[in-house]
Amino acid sequence: MTAGFGIVPRMEPTTDSNNAAAVQVRGLAKYYGETRALDGVDLDVAEGTVMGVLGPNGAGKTTLVRILSTLVRPDAGRAVVAGWDVERQPYRLRHEIGLTGQYASVDELLSGYENLYLIGRLLDLNARGARRRAEELLERFSLTDAAGRPTRTYSGGMRRRLDLAASMIGRPRVLFLDEPTTGLDPRTRNEVWAEVRAMVDEGSTVLLTTQYMEEAEQLASDLTVFDHGKVIAAGGVETLKRQVGGQSLTIRPAQGAQLDAMIRCLAERGLAAVPDGAGGLTVPAVDEAQLTAVVAALGTSGLGIAALETRLPSLDEVFLAITGEQSTVPAAVPAPTSLESVA
Amino acid sequence: MTTLAAPALAAPAVPAGDNRTSLRASLHHIGALTRRNLMRMKADPESLLDALFMPILFTVLFVYVFGGAVAGNSHNYIQYMIPGMFGQIGLSLAMAVGTGLNTDFTTGVMDRFRTMPIARSSVLIAKLLAESCRSAVSLVVLVLFAMCLGLRIHTSPVNVLATLGLALAFGTGMVWVSMLLGMAMPNPQAVQGVGMLIIVPLQFGSSTFAPVHSMPGWLQAFTSVNPLSALADASRALINGGPVLHPALLALAWSVGLTVVFAPLAVARFRKRT
Ligand SMILES: Nc1ncnc2c1ncn2[C@@H]1O[C@H](COP(=O)(O)OP(=O)(O)O)[C@@H](O)[C@H]1O
Ligand SMILES: [Mg+2]
Repeated sequence: MTAGFGIVPRMEPTTDSNNAAAVQVRGLAKYYGETRALDGVDLDVAEGTVMGVLGPNGAGKTTLVRILSTLVRPDAGRAVVAGWDVERQPYRLRHEIGLTGQYASVDELLSGYENLYLIGRLLDLNARGARRRAEELLERFSLTDAAGRPTRTYSGGMRRRLDLAASMIGRPRVLFLDEPTTGLDPRTRNEVWAEVRAMVDEGSTVLLTTQYMEEAEQLASDLTVFDHGKVIAAGGVETLKRQVGGQSLTIRPAQGAQLDAMIRCLAERGLAAVPDGAGGLTVPAVDEAQLTAVVAALGTSGLGIAALETRLPSLDEVFLAITGEQSTVPAAVPAPTSLESVA
Repeated sequence: MTTLAAPALAAPAVPAGDNRTSLRASLHHIGALTRRNLMRMKADPESLLDALFMPILFTVLFVYVFGGAVAGNSHNYIQYMIPGMFGQIGLSLAMAVGTGLNTDFTTGVMDRFRTMPIARSSVLIAKLLAESCRSAVSLVVLVLFAMCLGLRIHTSPVNVLATLGLALAFGTGMVWVSMLLGMAMPNPQAVQGVGMLIIVPLQFGSSTFAPVHSMPGWLQAFTSVNPLSALADASRALINGGPVLHPALLALAWSVGLTVVFAPLAVARFRKRT
């Protein structure tokens, strides 16, 4: 095929039975000496969806992303991204992907604009196209004001946003984001989330790794939970949560003084309730029958209920239930550590 | 759990073959990357000043500090030393390539390039082109400055070009060594540090700054095989007149030898890392 200058005409990949999968991984393994960074991983990401890859430090998330983006060769197994084999067709594959690595990979000496412009040119946009795309993305990531400054003067969050913008220049079919919001303040994190959603709306498929349950819940429709290089759970977010069983129940008494009475009343019926610290009480993991029993018991004891809420367990609790051990995962995105808050 | 026992992916579920970058696209990529490297130099004026002023500083110091002692007067010394400086610039060009390469690897910029549909060689070629531009500028500045100090070209401009050609050939040979160093070291500072350990003995253990006959025997043994001596001798002969062939051949032999030994090693390592 003669590929003239410009976008290389893409040969439509012939698809097999999994034709809706943008990413297919089978038996993927990568060893570093004794360390099994990936140890026989299977995973599918359907076109147009967001797959959350969840796991503590050292679980193998980065290794997976680096193999799928052709940076590292697997020791065993196969991976196909956007219809192309990561080992045999890396050049074709690279036309279809964008990567934001765990550590920002921007040129410190160049301005934000020049970083994006360069990538546009390398993706075979002409000078005008590259300029437009760079300006458009700078705007979208609120970097227009800083566009002309060398990126070494950027804050961590700005760098991350620029890195993300860089991976989106080519409107990739599949976007890999390795812990995209680690270390970001909540506002920037929300911006990043919004952009990821926007990319999905534009038709991209996203594979995103995270240590934060909240992030996975916010963005992903499907989850794969990694630990020690292996998939320990996979499925839809809701399915996974339900698997762990039960819901947690929060009750707020009509009269605050009755909180202790309520807890005692439930304890008599074998339900361990604890104060939730906000004037109410929480009963972890109740099933439907117990739920009815709780309401009935409180009613007959004359303890008024002001508010009652059930919710599925958090992914933290899911992780805990699956691994049976305390995860090293932080429960939620930590509060921003800005200079102001330190000072 | 919703995943079924995953079937092995049917043997190539994708059309065979990969699609490399076309030559024309590669030229555009090299252009864009060269521009990037030049902009990096502009954004880092210290390194530019380094390239421009170190040769001038060397020249001034050596001409006026040692010139009289070595060559009787500073004018004679200018004719003696300046031709040898060309080789030195070739050498520092080469070493800068390794540092730049290391920076790209350690900052993750190389990872970004590697996920893009560009030939990996374009990154290297662009680096070489940009460093060559920098060397060309520092050569011109050096020659003009030396002429102000009284350098006379006794032969033809063609000879000056031949001098530059020799320096470039030697620089090309050293680029491979520098690349290897750039990929072997953990950070740019280490590349620079080890680079200095290689450069300084070559620079000063040569006939560039002083004739070798007053040096002790063991040092003469070193200087007589030092490529920078050969380069300096050949350049002097080309600019001032004198026997060119022997030192020029020796310098070329070094360039070819370095390339033959280190180019395959450097390229293999680069391919492995990219
Ligand atoms: N280049 C490497 N050399 C040696 N060990 C590595 C390398 N990359 C990753 N590992 C090891 O592989 C395991 C998985 O790492 P990684 O994929 O980075 O996990 P995660 O991104 O989930 O934190 C870790 O134990 C890590 O130390
Ligand atoms: Mg990681």
